[in-house]
Amino acid sequence: MATSPVELPTQASIPDDPAVLRWMYRHLVLIRTFEERVVSLRQSGVLQGSTHLYVGQEAVAVGVCGRLERDDYVASTHRGHGHCIAKGVDVSRMMAELYGRATGTNRGKGGSMHIADTSVGMLGATGIVGSGTPVALGAALSAKLRRTQQVAVAFFGDGAMGQGIVYECLNMAAIWQLPLIFVCENNRYAESTPVEYALSTRDLATRAGPFNVPFAIIDGQDVFAVYAAADAAVERARHGGGPTFIECKTYRYYGHFFGDDPLRYRTREEEEHYRGRDCIRRFEQAVAGQGLLAQAELERIGAEVRETVEQAVRFAEASPLPDPGEVDTDVYTPQRLEV
Amino acid sequence: MAGRQLQFSRAENEALRQEMERDARVFIMGEDVAGGAGRAALGIIDAWGGPMGATKGLIQQFGAERVIDTPICEMSFIGAGVGAALTGMRPVVELLFVNFVGVALDAIMNQAAYLRYMLGGQVSVPLVVKTAIGAVGMAPPNGGGSAAQHSGSIYSIFAHIPGLKCVVPSDAYTAKGLLTAAIRDDDPVVYCTHRRLLTTSCEVPQEPYALPIGKARTVRRGRDVTLVGIGRMTGVCLEAADQLAGEGLQTEVVDLLSVSPLDEDTVLEAVRRTRRLVVVDEDEPRCSVARDVAALVADRAIDYLDAPVKTVTGAHAPVPFSGVLEVAFVPTPERVVAAVHAAMRDEGR
Ligand SMILES: Cc1ncc(C[n+]2csc(CCOP(=O)(O)OP(=O)(O)O)c2C)c(N)n1
Ligand SMILES: [Mg+2]
Repeated sequence: MATSPVELPTQASIPDDPAVLRWMYRHLVLIRTFEERVVSLRQSGVLQGSTHLYVGQEAVAVGVCGRLERDDYVASTHRGHGHCIAKGVDVSRMMAELYGRATGTNRGKGGSMHIADTSVGMLGATGIVGSGTPVALGAALSAKLRRTQQVAVAFFGDGAMGQGIVYECLNMAAIWQLPLIFVCENNRYAESTPVEYALSTRDLATRAGPFNVPFAIIDGQDVFAVYAAADAAVERARHGGGPTFIECKTYRYYGHFFGDDPLRYRTREEEEHYRGRDCIRRFEQAVAGQGLLAQAELERIGAEVRETVEQAVRFAEASPLPDPGEVDTDVYTPQRLEV
Repeated sequence: MAGRQLQFSRAENEALRQEMERDARVFIMGEDVAGGAGRAALGIIDAWGGPMGATKGLIQQFGAERVIDTPICEMSFIGAGVGAALTGMRPVVELLFVNFVGVALDAIMNQAAYLRYMLGGQVSVPLVVKTAIGAVGMAPPNGGGSAAQHSGSIYSIFAHIPGLKCVVPSDAYTAKGLLTAAIRDDDPVVYCTHRRLLTTSCEVPQEPYALPIGKARTVRRGRDVTLVGIGRMTGVCLEAADQLAGEGLQTEVVDLLSVSPLDEDTVLEAVRRTRRLVVVDEDEPRCSVARDVAALVADRAIDYLDAPVKTVTGAHAPVPFSGVLEVAFVPTPERVVAAVHAAMRDEGR
């Protein structure tokens, strides 16, 4: 039996648990600080390699992952640093991966586009647009078959909505009622192509409706709104209610990749509009207005986060490079003798 | 008068422009081939001009009907390229990185390549799939390249498929000539740009010209050993040849250019004369073009060989990210020289 499409409540109330608020703030700022540090390391030429920055979109990863358990699954995209951090991947090992070091999450083999840590449910970032979604679907199927109550999240961009694979997954998730949450980060662009050119509907989430997948359209720069939508979707998924599709309207502050000048294809006015709705600043204003977290506490968290990121850089720089002989290790799983 | 120097990516751009001028049936389709489409009202119409800049300026000259930005949907727009090619157009479709072939192989193999045969010769599919290959080769210690899904060469997949042609230029001159030839060809051709060649320059004639598909080019004459290179590996062979010259060895270098069809005659002729062969290929070794060439020589020229045939290839692994590992993956002149030494050491065994 398929559920009929219903809109989720999008009324964003601020969670009243200070521990949740502290977690949110810490991770919003940790992603921002980590990414800005990566920018400076790229600018100074210390780091190399393809890098897609998550700055601006932090509220999506934090709002969604804030509602997940450690053993829930996440499949990411090429723009995956934020998802990794929010899911609990150690930033020192992430930084070491960007440095191509043996201590990196992927032992230097994956780099920015493939950071993974399965011990915290991060199944990996992927450079093939749309390809994370069926992987998340498979994890949800696996959770259902193993009767574990785990849920899976597929993060993907507006650009991935061009790929048929996403719709194939919507269909399968619906007919099998899988514990899968589709999170579409609509940041208005796929590379230089604006969403209104590439896609025929303005609200992308409405496309889930015909598949009988409930959907919500969320201000993705409002971490509380994302959290509320994720809350409803996770509850439904965990209790056999099937998939949900959440479209988060958001914006990436930098270019498509480090080095891309976004003003080639978008305007400064548009950038200023979205920067004016910055998720971190709005969080700070909201909690100050309600007297929930003291300014001093926010500052303390900010300072801790800066130290965490500096520690990550020190860890990466002190780490050894992989042995060149590892170029063809890990290709296959070592065979056990009893075949 | 010294010839005009042109960058690789400009040479590709010139080939596209000249063929679009020459033949109204030619059009380009792919992600961000113009970029910023739909923003003309903001004065933005050619923001990217292709992810590597190869299509820059073409939309201004030919308009949005002949330089078409697509959504991200390779299976469909390359499949649509097949349909357009069947019905009187000559599409050039862009598959950004060759590893993305995973999402478009049906259109390329089961449709574009097989159709003519399956339909008993009724049709031709004059489609060009333009794609990027190769590891970027970042120097250690920090960071690396683009990793497994954006660094493959994997043209051996195309060489395996009957009905498909596949060319791999080695410099700006062969880029222009082979892209032109690919567009003029009546069959589907995969055209592979090695990303590390994009910023290299050489002498490139202004006027349109096509290099024959299926024809290798001898770029250095020698009598002691033949090196066969593919794409960027041709330059690696030339560097190795310089080093070998210091040891008194005269090296022949064959630039394969076309991995399908294969120019058997040029390879065999060189091997019969030099009696030694090393094939250099950045692609992974198993079922590779390198080993295909080695098998050809084993089959047709074994009696001429003084030494065993050696291949120098990528590792049997996806391309790694870290600079040290990437450097270990990609063949270098030193590895080529070592392979020549190994072949000569094994002589007569
Ligand atoms: C199958 C495939 N096609 C094309 C690309 C090249 N590419 C990388 S990211 C990207 C745009 C993705 O846009 P979107 O899904 O909106 O994510 P965003 O970059 O905005 O986070 C493209 C076209 C790719 N990586 N994979
Ligand atoms: Mg996007």
